[in-house]
Amino acid sequence: MDTPLLELTNIYQAYGDQIVVNNLSLALKKGVIGCLLGPSACGKTTVLRCIAGFEPITAGEIFLNGVKVNSSGFSLQPEQRHIGMVFQDFALFPHLTVAANIDFGLHRMHHTERALRVTEMLQIVGLADVTNNYPHELSGGQQQRVALARALAPRPDLLLLDEPFSNLDVNLRERLSLEVRDILKSQGATAILVTHDQNEAFAIADEIGVMHHGEITQWDTAYNLYHRPSSRFVANFVGQGVFLSGRVLDSRHVEIELGILTADISHQCASDCRVCGEGCYVDVLIRPDDIVHDDASSLQAQIIHKAFRGAKILYTLRLPGGSIALSLVPSHHNHAVGENIGIKLEVDHVVAFSQIAP
Amino acid sequence: MYGTHNVKSEGRSIGTSFSHYPPSVFRTTLSWRFIPVLVAVLVLIPVGTVILSFLTPTGDVWQHLVETILPSLLINTFWLALGVSVSSALLGVSLAWFTAVCDFPGRKIFSWGLMLPLAIPAYVMAFVTLGLFDFTGPIQTSLRSWLGPELFWFPNVRGRLGVIIVMTLAFYPYVYLLARNAFLTQGKRSLEAAQSLGLNRTQGFLKVALPMARPWIASGVMLVLMETLADFGTVAVFNYDTFTTAIYKAWFSMFSLSAASQLASLLIVIAFVLIVMEQKFRSRMRYAETKQSSRVARISLTGWRAWAVAGFASATLFFAFLLPTTQLIIWATHNFVEEFNQLYLSFLWHSLILSGLASILICSVAVLLVYSARRHPDIVTRVAVRVATIGYALPGVVLAVGIFVPLAWLDNWLREMAMQLFHIETGFLIQGTLAAMLIAYMTRFLAVGHYPIDSAMQRITFSIDEASMGLGLNGWNMLKRVHLPILKGGIYTAVTLVFVDVMKEMPITLMTRPFGWDTLAVRIFEMTSEGEWEQAALPAVALVLAGLIPIVLFTHQAEK
Repeated sequence: MDTPLLELTNIYQAYGDQIVVNNLSLALKKGVIGCLLGPSACGKTTVLRCIAGFEPITAGEIFLNGVKVNSSGFSLQPEQRHIGMVFQDFALFPHLTVAANIDFGLHRMHHTERALRVTEMLQIVGLADVTNNYPHELSGGQQQRVALARALAPRPDLLLLDEPFSNLDVNLRERLSLEVRDILKSQGATAILVTHDQNEAFAIADEIGVMHHGEITQWDTAYNLYHRPSSRFVANFVGQGVFLSGRVLDSRHVEIELGILTADISHQCASDCRVCGEGCYVDVLIRPDDIVHDDASSLQAQIIHKAFRGAKILYTLRLPGGSIALSLVPSHHNHAVGENIGIKLEVDHVVAFSQIAP
Repeated sequence: MYGTHNVKSEGRSIGTSFSHYPPSVFRTTLSWRFIPVLVAVLVLIPVGTVILSFLTPTGDVWQHLVETILPSLLINTFWLALGVSVSSALLGVSLAWFTAVCDFPGRKIFSWGLMLPLAIPAYVMAFVTLGLFDFTGPIQTSLRSWLGPELFWFPNVRGRLGVIIVMTLAFYPYVYLLARNAFLTQGKRSLEAAQSLGLNRTQGFLKVALPMARPWIASGVMLVLMETLADFGTVAVFNYDTFTTAIYKAWFSMFSLSAASQLASLLIVIAFVLIVMEQKFRSRMRYAETKQSSRVARISLTGWRAWAVAGFASATLFFAFLLPTTQLIIWATHNFVEEFNQLYLSFLWHSLILSGLASILICSVAVLLVYSARRHPDIVTRVAVRVATIGYALPGVVLAVGIFVPLAWLDNWLREMAMQLFHIETGFLIQGTLAAMLIAYMTRFLAVGHYPIDSAMQRITFSIDEASMGLGLNGWNMLKRVHLPILKGGIYTAVTLVFVDVMKEMPITLMTRPFGWDTLAVRIFEMTSEGEWEQAALPAVALVLAGLIPIVLFTHQAEK
């Protein structure tokens, strides 16, 4: 019961002397949708292709349902892994109709069962009316659904999605990603998604691993990645925000130029501080929602940029001390660039990194 | 060669030329519109002449043909077409798969080397093979002396099988290049998709890669079929009677223009079926096109498989290129002192001057076609361009007959008019002139020159035209100052391709050349029809060297 469906232990992958995946481990339980999130060329697609069996690994082991499928020098053939894959360019078979594409992987099933499964998948992804069309006759969104249906049809133990929405336009991405989550959950599928788009990751995944230089820097929920990033890289990569310089007073107080913050200081900071002791200098992460607009506040900041976001406006502010910060303000507080507005800090949880650390 | 390059363009050119809005601000000038139609008519005259003679069969000639040679011609042509297309498909597709997707010792050299046979005209391959493997050739002679005449047995090289093998070795690169292109652009994505759905590699090849490449393979086979039907030199060397040789014999030995036209008309019907089929396959390629995956991981072959594939590729390269070229060089050096003389230089000179004139004419017409099609991308122009470039699918002998008939008629008419009006005996003015020959070349090779220039033009956006119009250019000025400089690369390619193709051309040259205008190809024909293989070698070496130019050019471009 406790065996994870997928387990990667200390895997390495390298092309020549360029290390692509560096000592990476992860475990995924059955029914969970995981995500590898990271900038381009961080090695996330390579990890996915290693799991699928398309790339060999240089060291480490991969287990599927407790069975070893990869170790150095051994690699189970991709077709024997029961892993479905949705490719970035969908890789639909252009010579086959939608139905035939979905049917393609069902060759081990009985004839009647096959037909039923194809019809069922067509229903699930909502493509019943284009059954006999060819891929080139479909829109991007429809092609994406065919790719998903084709991969899910043989009921794979694990589904891998490689940047599945990057070929679609932005409006479609968000809608489809929610839809895909519903489909995956309704099928009880276990899946790993690879993406560089955090909104996509947040919309689909239960657990997200942020990847950097071939390593997972943090494996966590979307909430924690945003509010409790464990490294500067994650703090920068996920969400917006700025770092303000500050000084730790004790385990519950940090002083920054806007005043003294009183809150739980996240353990990362605490561990940093144990090294250098109290009074050390840190960079405090301030998210746009940590700075609240308050006309009554005596603390004033000057607007240097504004970006209208519909319900909210994102102001870029110059603080009295000269630092720059962001603030997300309800859009009825409409101010002009150059104006001074009153602000107030609302920080429940301080995220701070030692200034010595890179 | 040109056929292979056509392939991707067609799909893409349709995509680009229609998705861009046509430049509506162009003022319609009649002259530009007129050019494609004029060229199309020029091409249609020989085609029409031949078809017309099919529709008006002259009873006794037809009867005679049916009773004598027609049945055997049909049988010969059928087996030849079937044999060459099936074996070229097998050879071309398998080699394409191994070099495009797999990895084995020497793959890089083979993937380049396996197109080298394109440089050898099929008729050169034919006489070298005969010279090597015939009863009196070095191979049979030495085998006989080893084994003794009683143990010795050797298949008859001159038979049907011999022709099929030679043509396969000469034409398989068409299928090879197209199939390879298909396998390369498929990338490994589709195969990976098949694997993730539980298919192993062999199943993946059969169920995914091969069906996806079908339009390319079919298109390659169509080109092979066209070349096979159009071939004159190879079957002439082998004395294997097909339509082309029968037309030639009717023309020269029987002096029966009507028999020649009757035979040509049958051949043109077959050719048209092929054209229609080829267009159909080509239009399908567009849909099957997929994006190339960034990093292609090859299937590495190991152990005996790797060596078997390497051996297979080596054997093909050996028999299709190394063996014939080596033999040619041996013969040529052997005979160099006797053969390299004033006569040889005149053949060379005639070949060069004809190819040069033809390529200048054809590429100029192609530029005009391309430019006027750009200015007026309407249905009339598109159809006219299609018709004007149809000649590449028509056998040279057919075109020669089709051009000779109307020219002879025009000549007779002119002569009579001169007699009646001025009482002068003018003689024939057009027949047997370079002009007639060049028109024949143009109908045959316009597509070869048109394609590279057209695809270069497709890459120029319409906003460039609009920008230059905004700066006050139009018509000739725009062509001269904007398009021609940008098209330069495409024009050079076109000139090279046409030059080489005309140089290798045999039947049109044989049948329409002015008296005394013997070229390298004519020399080869004359020497081989007397069985003088060694004396045909030196002119053949020149043709092979010329044939290597476009191959080197294109691999160079592809690597850039």
